[in-house]
Amino acid sequence: MEYVGKIFVILISSILINNFVMSRFLGICPFLGVSKRVETAVGMGAAVTFVMAMTSLITYIIQYVILEPLGLEYLQTIIFILVIASLVQFVEMVIQKTSPTLYQALGVYLPLITTNCAVLGVAIINIDEKYDLIQALFNGVGAALGFTLAIVLFAGVRERLELSDIPKPLKGFPIALITAGLMSVAFLGFQGLIK
Amino acid sequence: MKALKVFFNGVLNENPTFRMVLGMCPTLALTTAAINGIGMGLATTFVLVGSNLVISLLKSFIPQKIRIPAFVVVIATFVTVVSMIMQAFLPELNKSLGIYIPLIVVNCIILARAESFASKNSVLLSIMDGLGIGIGFTLALLLLGSIREILGAGTWFGMPVFSDGFSPAVIMILPPGGFITLGLVLGLLNKLTGRAE
Repeated sequence: MEYVGKIFVILISSILINNFVMSRFLGICPFLGVSKRVETAVGMGAAVTFVMAMTSLITYIIQYVILEPLGLEYLQTIIFILVIASLVQFVEMVIQKTSPTLYQALGVYLPLITTNCAVLGVAIINIDEKYDLIQALFNGVGAALGFTLAIVLFAGVRERLELSDIPKPLKGFPIALITAGLMSVAFLGFQGLIK
Repeated sequence: MKALKVFFNGVLNENPTFRMVLGMCPTLALTTAAINGIGMGLATTFVLVGSNLVISLLKSFIPQKIRIPAFVVVIATFVTVVSMIMQAFLPELNKSLGIYIPLIVVNCIILARAESFASKNSVLLSIMDGLGIGIGFTLALLLLGSIREILGAGTWFGMPVFSDGFSPAVIMILPPGGFITLGLVLGLLNKLTGRAE
Protein backbone atom coordinates (compact mmCIF):
# COMPACT_ATOMS: atom_id res chain seq x y z
CA MET A 1 0.00 0.00 0.00
CA GLU A 2 2.84 2.30 0.88
CA TYR A 3 4.31 1.62 -2.56
CA VAL A 4 1.09 2.61 -4.31
CA GLY A 5 1.07 5.80 -2.27
CA LYS A 6 4.62 6.57 -3.36
CA ILE A 7 3.71 6.10 -7.00
CA PHE A 8 0.70 8.37 -6.57
CA VAL A 9 2.97 11.04 -5.10
CA ILE A 10 5.36 10.72 -8.06
CA LEU A 11 2.48 11.03 -10.51
CA ILE A 12 0.88 14.08 -8.88
CA SER A 13 4.19 15.81 -8.35
CA SER A 14 5.28 15.34 -11.95
CA ILE A 15 1.91 16.55 -13.31
CA LEU A 16 1.30 19.54 -11.04
CA ILE A 17 4.05 20.48 -8.63
CA ASN A 18 7.16 19.97 -10.72
CA ASN A 19 5.30 20.56 -13.97
CA PHE A 20 7.88 20.10 -16.71
CA VAL A 21 7.00 23.22 -18.64
CA MET A 22 5.99 25.56 -15.84
CA SER A 23 8.56 24.89 -13.20
CA ARG A 24 11.36 22.85 -14.72
CA PHE A 25 11.48 24.68 -18.06
CA LEU A 26 11.69 21.54 -20.14
CA GLY A 27 9.96 21.33 -23.50
CA ILE A 28 9.62 25.07 -24.03
CA CYS A 29 10.18 24.94 -27.81
CA PRO A 30 7.08 22.89 -28.66
CA PHE A 31 5.23 24.67 -25.85
CA LEU A 32 5.70 27.99 -27.65
CA GLY A 33 5.68 26.59 -31.17
CA VAL A 34 2.66 24.25 -31.31
CA SER A 35 0.34 26.09 -28.98
CA LYS A 36 -1.47 28.30 -31.48
CA ARG A 37 -4.53 26.02 -31.67
CA VAL A 38 -6.05 23.70 -29.09
CA GLU A 39 -6.41 20.75 -31.50
CA THR A 40 -2.76 20.65 -32.51
CA ALA A 41 -1.78 21.11 -28.88
CA VAL A 42 -3.80 18.02 -27.95
CA GLY A 43 -2.21 16.03 -30.81
CA MET A 44 1.25 17.13 -29.77
CA GLY A 45 0.49 16.22 -26.17
CA ALA A 46 -0.64 12.73 -27.19
CA ALA A 47 2.45 12.13 -29.33
CA VAL A 48 4.75 13.35 -26.55
CA THR A 49 2.95 11.20 -23.97
CA PHE A 50 3.52 8.09 -26.04
CA VAL A 51 7.16 8.91 -26.74
CA MET A 52 7.86 9.77 -23.11
CA ALA A 53 6.27 6.62 -21.70
CA MET A 54 8.19 4.43 -24.15
CA THR A 55 11.41 6.38 -23.53
CA SER A 56 11.11 5.94 -19.76
CA LEU A 57 10.76 2.17 -20.19
CA ILE A 58 13.45 1.61 -22.80
CA THR A 59 16.10 3.93 -21.39
CA TYR A 60 15.55 2.40 -17.95
CA ILE A 61 16.18 -1.09 -19.30
CA ILE A 62 19.22 0.05 -21.29
CA GLN A 63 20.71 1.83 -18.29
CA TYR A 64 20.44 -1.09 -15.89
CA VAL A 65 20.82 -4.05 -18.26
CA ILE A 66 23.51 -2.78 -20.62
CA LEU A 67 25.27 0.40 -19.49
CA GLU A 68 25.78 -0.23 -15.76
CA PRO A 69 26.94 -3.87 -15.89
CA LEU A 70 29.43 -2.94 -18.60
CA GLY A 71 30.55 0.25 -16.85
CA LEU A 72 29.57 2.40 -19.83
CA GLU A 73 27.60 5.09 -17.95
CA TYR A 74 29.48 7.81 -19.80
CA LEU A 75 27.71 6.74 -23.00
CA GLN A 76 24.35 7.53 -21.39
CA THR A 77 23.65 10.78 -23.23
CA ILE A 78 24.59 9.42 -26.65
CA ILE A 79 22.63 6.16 -26.31
CA PHE A 80 19.54 7.81 -24.84
CA ILE A 81 19.30 10.39 -27.60
CA LEU A 82 19.58 7.68 -30.25
CA VAL A 83 16.79 5.67 -28.61
CA ILE A 84 14.59 8.76 -28.53
CA ALA A 85 15.37 9.62 -32.16
CA SER A 86 14.33 6.16 -33.35
CA LEU A 87 11.16 6.21 -31.26
CA VAL A 88 10.18 9.56 -32.70
CA GLN A 89 10.79 8.27 -36.21
CA PHE A 90 8.45 5.39 -35.41
CA VAL A 91 5.70 7.64 -34.03
CA GLU A 92 6.06 9.87 -37.08
CA MET A 93 5.47 6.96 -39.44
CA VAL A 94 2.43 5.82 -37.45
CA ILE A 95 0.83 9.26 -37.41
CA GLN A 96 1.57 9.81 -41.10
CA LYS A 97 -0.30 6.59 -41.95
CA THR A 98 -3.19 6.96 -39.53
CA SER A 99 -3.92 10.69 -39.47
CA PRO A 100 -2.52 12.79 -42.33
CA THR A 101 -4.36 15.88 -41.01
CA LEU A 102 -2.68 15.71 -37.64
CA TYR A 103 0.60 14.97 -39.41
CA GLN A 104 0.31 18.20 -41.39
CA ALA A 105 -0.74 20.24 -38.39
CA LEU A 106 2.19 19.06 -36.28
CA GLY A 107 4.50 19.79 -39.20
CA VAL A 108 8.12 20.37 -38.37
CA TYR A 109 7.48 19.92 -34.64
CA LEU A 110 6.99 16.17 -34.97
CA PRO A 111 10.61 15.30 -35.77
CA LEU A 112 11.51 17.99 -33.27
CA ILE A 113 10.13 15.85 -30.42
CA THR A 114 13.62 14.35 -30.63
CA THR A 115 15.03 17.66 -29.50
CA ASN A 116 12.23 18.18 -26.98
CA CYS A 117 14.34 18.41 -23.88
CA ALA A 118 11.46 17.10 -21.79
CA VAL A 119 11.90 13.64 -23.29
CA LEU A 120 15.63 13.32 -22.64
CA GLY A 121 15.04 15.17 -19.38
CA VAL A 122 12.61 12.60 -18.06
CA ALA A 123 14.96 9.76 -18.97
CA ILE A 124 17.83 11.38 -17.06
CA ILE A 125 15.67 12.36 -14.08
CA ASN A 126 14.46 8.73 -13.80
CA ILE A 127 18.05 7.58 -13.48
CA ASP A 128 19.17 10.44 -11.20
CA GLU A 129 16.27 9.90 -8.79
CA LYS A 130 17.01 6.15 -8.73
CA TYR A 131 13.41 5.22 -9.52
CA ASP A 132 12.52 1.57 -10.14
CA LEU A 133 10.91 0.51 -13.41
CA ILE A 134 7.30 1.20 -12.41
CA GLN A 135 8.13 4.51 -10.75
CA ALA A 136 10.09 5.51 -13.85
CA LEU A 137 7.14 4.67 -16.08
CA PHE A 138 4.73 6.66 -13.92
CA ASN A 139 7.14 9.58 -13.74
CA GLY A 140 7.33 9.56 -17.55
CA VAL A 141 3.57 9.41 -17.99
CA GLY A 142 3.02 12.06 -15.32
CA ALA A 143 5.56 14.41 -16.85
CA ALA A 144 3.94 13.98 -20.26
CA LEU A 145 0.45 14.58 -18.87
CA GLY A 146 1.76 17.69 -17.15
CA PHE A 147 3.24 18.85 -20.47
CA THR A 148 -0.08 18.17 -22.23
CA LEU A 149 -2.02 20.00 -19.53
CA ALA A 150 0.22 23.06 -19.79
CA ILE A 151 0.28 23.18 -23.60
CA VAL A 152 -3.51 22.70 -23.98
CA LEU A 153 -4.32 25.38 -21.39
CA PHE A 154 -1.81 27.71 -23.02
CA ALA A 155 -3.28 27.07 -26.49
CA GLY A 156 -6.70 28.01 -25.11
CA VAL A 157 -5.34 31.32 -23.85
CA ARG A 158 -3.45 32.00 -27.06
CA GLU A 159 -6.52 31.47 -29.25
CA ARG A 160 -8.09 34.38 -27.40
CA LEU A 161 -4.89 36.37 -27.50
CA GLU A 162 -5.00 36.37 -31.31
CA LEU A 163 -8.12 38.53 -31.20
CA SER A 164 -7.08 40.96 -28.52
CA ASP A 165 -5.49 44.35 -28.91
CA ILE A 166 -1.83 44.05 -27.98
CA PRO A 167 0.84 46.77 -28.17
CA LYS A 168 2.73 46.26 -31.40
CA PRO A 169 6.22 45.48 -30.02
CA LEU A 170 4.75 42.81 -27.72
CA LYS A 171 2.95 40.91 -30.48
CA GLY A 172 3.96 37.29 -31.05
CA PHE A 173 6.59 35.78 -28.78
CA PRO A 174 6.85 38.52 -26.11
CA ILE A 175 3.17 38.44 -25.13
CA ALA A 176 3.16 34.63 -25.31
CA LEU A 177 6.07 34.52 -22.85
CA ILE A 178 4.43 36.99 -20.48
CA THR A 179 1.21 34.93 -20.60
CA ALA A 180 3.21 31.80 -19.86
CA GLY A 181 4.76 33.64 -16.91
CA LEU A 182 1.32 34.37 -15.47
CA MET A 183 0.32 30.72 -15.94
CA SER A 184 3.48 29.72 -14.18
CA VAL A 185 2.47 31.90 -11.21
CA ALA A 186 -0.73 29.87 -11.06
CA PHE A 187 1.24 26.61 -11.08
CA LEU A 188 3.36 27.93 -8.20
CA GLY A 189 0.18 27.58 -6.17
CA PHE A 190 0.61 23.80 -6.24
CA GLN A 191 3.88 24.03 -4.34
CA GLY A 192 3.54 22.47 -0.93
CA LEU A 193 0.65 20.24 -2.02
CA ILE A 194 2.76 17.24 -1.07
CA LYS A 195 5.39 17.31 1.63
CA MET B 1 37.20 39.53 -43.39
CA LYS B 2 34.33 37.24 -44.22
CA ALA B 3 35.09 35.27 -41.07
CA LEU B 4 34.60 38.40 -38.95
CA LYS B 5 31.33 39.10 -40.70
CA VAL B 6 30.11 35.60 -39.90
CA PHE B 7 31.15 36.09 -36.27
CA PHE B 8 29.24 39.34 -35.79
CA ASN B 9 26.29 37.97 -37.69
CA GLY B 10 26.09 35.28 -35.00
CA VAL B 11 26.39 37.74 -32.12
CA LEU B 12 23.94 40.36 -33.43
CA ASN B 13 21.82 39.71 -36.50
CA GLU B 14 21.14 36.07 -35.80
CA ASN B 15 21.40 36.22 -32.02
CA PRO B 16 19.96 32.83 -31.06
CA THR B 17 18.00 34.07 -28.06
CA PHE B 18 16.67 37.46 -29.10
CA ARG B 19 16.40 37.09 -32.86
CA MET B 20 15.72 33.42 -33.51
CA VAL B 21 14.12 32.55 -30.14
CA LEU B 22 15.85 29.16 -29.96
CA GLY B 23 17.23 27.26 -27.00
CA MET B 24 14.57 28.55 -24.64
CA CYS B 25 14.86 25.83 -21.99
CA PRO B 26 18.34 26.66 -20.66
CA THR B 27 17.66 30.35 -21.29
CA LEU B 28 14.71 30.37 -18.93
CA ALA B 29 15.88 27.79 -16.44
CA LEU B 30 19.45 28.88 -15.79
CA THR B 31 19.22 32.65 -15.73
CA THR B 32 18.43 32.78 -12.01
CA ALA B 33 21.95 34.12 -11.46
CA ALA B 34 24.47 35.82 -13.72
CA ILE B 35 27.16 33.22 -13.05
CA ASN B 36 24.89 30.33 -14.10
CA GLY B 37 24.08 32.18 -17.31
CA ILE B 38 27.77 32.57 -18.18
CA GLY B 39 28.55 28.94 -17.28
CA MET B 40 25.78 27.62 -19.47
CA GLY B 41 26.66 30.02 -22.28
CA LEU B 42 30.32 28.99 -22.33
CA ALA B 43 29.52 25.27 -22.14
CA THR B 44 27.16 25.67 -25.08
CA THR B 45 29.75 27.71 -26.99
CA PHE B 46 32.30 24.92 -26.57
CA VAL B 47 29.85 22.32 -27.89
CA LEU B 48 28.81 24.59 -30.76
CA VAL B 49 32.37 25.26 -31.93
CA GLY B 50 33.31 21.58 -31.60
CA SER B 51 30.27 20.24 -33.39
CA ASN B 52 30.44 22.88 -36.13
CA LEU B 53 34.11 22.01 -36.68
CA VAL B 54 33.57 18.25 -36.90
CA ILE B 55 30.40 18.48 -38.96
CA SER B 56 31.94 20.83 -41.51
CA LEU B 57 34.90 18.43 -41.79
CA LEU B 58 32.60 15.46 -42.32
CA LYS B 59 29.98 17.18 -44.44
CA SER B 60 30.83 15.34 -47.65
CA PHE B 61 30.97 11.93 -45.92
CA ILE B 62 27.64 12.04 -44.11
CA PRO B 63 24.82 10.69 -46.29
CA GLN B 64 21.97 13.16 -46.71
CA LYS B 65 19.31 10.81 -45.36
CA ILE B 66 20.84 10.03 -42.00
CA ARG B 67 22.43 13.41 -41.43
CA ILE B 68 20.30 14.35 -38.40
CA PRO B 69 21.20 11.24 -36.33
CA ALA B 70 24.83 11.70 -37.39
CA PHE B 71 24.81 15.33 -36.25
CA VAL B 72 23.18 14.36 -32.97
CA VAL B 73 25.87 11.77 -32.25
CA VAL B 74 28.61 14.34 -32.90
CA ILE B 75 26.87 16.86 -30.63
CA ALA B 76 26.29 14.26 -27.90
CA THR B 77 29.99 13.39 -27.96
CA PHE B 78 31.00 16.98 -27.28
CA VAL B 79 28.36 17.30 -24.57
CA THR B 80 29.81 14.23 -22.85
CA VAL B 81 33.25 15.84 -23.00
CA VAL B 82 31.94 19.10 -21.48
CA SER B 83 30.09 17.26 -18.76
CA MET B 84 33.21 15.27 -17.79
CA ILE B 85 35.38 18.41 -17.74
CA MET B 86 32.88 20.26 -15.58
CA GLN B 87 32.54 17.36 -13.15
CA ALA B 88 36.29 17.27 -12.75
CA PHE B 89 37.19 20.95 -12.57
CA LEU B 90 34.04 22.93 -11.74
CA PRO B 91 31.99 20.69 -9.43
CA GLU B 92 30.15 23.68 -7.90
CA LEU B 93 28.94 25.06 -11.22
CA ASN B 94 28.20 21.54 -12.44
CA LYS B 95 25.91 21.06 -9.47
CA SER B 96 23.98 24.26 -10.03
CA LEU B 97 23.55 23.62 -13.78
CA GLY B 98 22.55 20.02 -13.00
CA ILE B 99 20.42 18.22 -15.54
CA TYR B 100 20.79 21.04 -18.07
CA ILE B 101 24.35 19.97 -18.92
CA PRO B 102 23.40 16.65 -20.58
CA LEU B 103 20.42 18.51 -22.04
CA ILE B 104 22.74 20.69 -24.14
CA VAL B 105 22.39 17.82 -26.64
CA VAL B 106 18.81 18.80 -27.31
CA ASN B 107 19.47 22.53 -27.45
CA CYS B 108 17.90 23.44 -30.80
CA ILE B 109 20.52 26.14 -31.44
CA ILE B 110 23.28 23.58 -31.96
CA LEU B 111 21.36 21.32 -34.30
CA ALA B 112 20.06 24.37 -36.16
CA ARG B 113 23.59 25.66 -36.79
CA ALA B 114 24.80 22.20 -37.84
CA GLU B 115 21.96 21.88 -40.30
CA SER B 116 21.84 25.43 -41.65
CA PHE B 117 25.50 26.47 -41.50
CA ALA B 118 28.18 23.88 -40.75
CA SER B 119 26.89 21.33 -43.26
CA LYS B 120 27.23 23.90 -46.06
CA ASN B 121 30.30 25.99 -45.23
CA SER B 122 34.06 25.69 -44.87
CA VAL B 123 35.77 24.71 -41.62
CA LEU B 124 37.04 28.20 -40.75
CA LEU B 125 33.67 29.87 -41.36
CA SER B 126 31.91 27.15 -39.35
CA ILE B 127 34.19 27.70 -36.37
CA MET B 128 33.59 31.44 -36.55
CA ASP B 129 29.86 30.84 -36.78
CA GLY B 130 29.98 28.56 -33.73
CA LEU B 131 31.94 31.19 -31.81
CA GLY B 132 29.62 34.02 -32.86
CA ILE B 133 26.40 32.21 -32.05
CA GLY B 134 27.90 30.90 -28.80
CA ILE B 135 29.03 34.36 -27.66
CA GLY B 136 25.67 35.82 -28.67
CA PHE B 137 23.95 33.16 -26.57
CA THR B 138 26.29 33.76 -23.62
CA LEU B 139 25.71 37.53 -23.72
CA ALA B 140 21.95 37.02 -23.85
CA LEU B 141 22.07 34.66 -20.86
CA LEU B 142 24.32 37.08 -18.99
CA LEU B 143 21.87 39.94 -19.59
CA LEU B 144 18.83 37.95 -18.48
CA GLY B 145 20.72 36.41 -15.56
CA SER B 146 21.88 39.84 -14.39
CA ILE B 147 18.38 41.35 -14.54
CA ARG B 148 16.88 38.44 -12.62
CA GLU B 149 19.65 38.19 -10.05
CA ILE B 150 19.71 41.93 -9.33
CA LEU B 151 15.94 42.24 -8.97
CA GLY B 152 15.29 38.84 -7.43
CA ALA B 153 18.18 38.48 -5.01
CA GLY B 154 19.61 42.00 -4.83
CA THR B 155 23.05 40.76 -5.83
CA TRP B 156 25.20 40.62 -8.97
CA PHE B 157 27.65 37.71 -9.27
CA GLY B 158 26.95 37.20 -5.56
CA MET B 159 27.90 40.79 -4.56
CA PRO B 160 25.20 42.91 -2.91
CA VAL B 161 24.06 45.74 -5.19
CA PHE B 162 21.58 47.59 -2.98
CA SER B 163 21.70 48.87 0.58
CA ASP B 164 20.03 46.90 3.35
CA GLY B 165 16.67 48.59 2.86
CA PHE B 166 16.05 46.74 -0.43
CA SER B 167 13.77 43.75 -0.23
CA PRO B 168 14.29 41.54 -3.29
CA ALA B 169 11.36 40.55 -5.51
CA VAL B 170 11.73 36.81 -5.10
CA ILE B 171 9.32 36.11 -7.97
CA MET B 172 12.07 37.16 -10.39
CA ILE B 173 14.22 34.14 -9.58
CA LEU B 174 11.23 31.80 -9.50
CA PRO B 175 10.03 30.28 -12.80
CA PRO B 176 7.45 33.01 -13.61
CA GLY B 177 10.19 35.65 -13.47
CA GLY B 178 12.04 33.84 -16.26
CA PHE B 179 9.11 33.93 -18.65
CA ILE B 180 8.15 37.51 -17.84
CA THR B 181 11.69 38.92 -18.02
CA LEU B 182 12.37 37.32 -21.39
CA GLY B 183 9.00 38.50 -22.72
CA LEU B 184 9.61 42.08 -21.64
CA VAL B 185 13.20 42.15 -22.93
CA LEU B 186 12.06 40.79 -26.30
CA GLY B 187 9.31 43.39 -26.44
CA LEU B 188 11.75 46.16 -25.58
CA LEU B 189 14.18 45.02 -28.29
CA ASN B 190 11.34 44.94 -30.82
CA LYS B 191 10.45 48.50 -29.82
CA LEU B 192 14.05 49.73 -30.04
CA THR B 193 14.82 48.11 -33.37
CA GLY B 194 11.40 48.97 -34.78
CA ARG B 195 10.99 45.32 -35.68
CA ALA B 196 7.58 43.92 -34.80
CA GLU B 197 5.51 41.10 -36.17
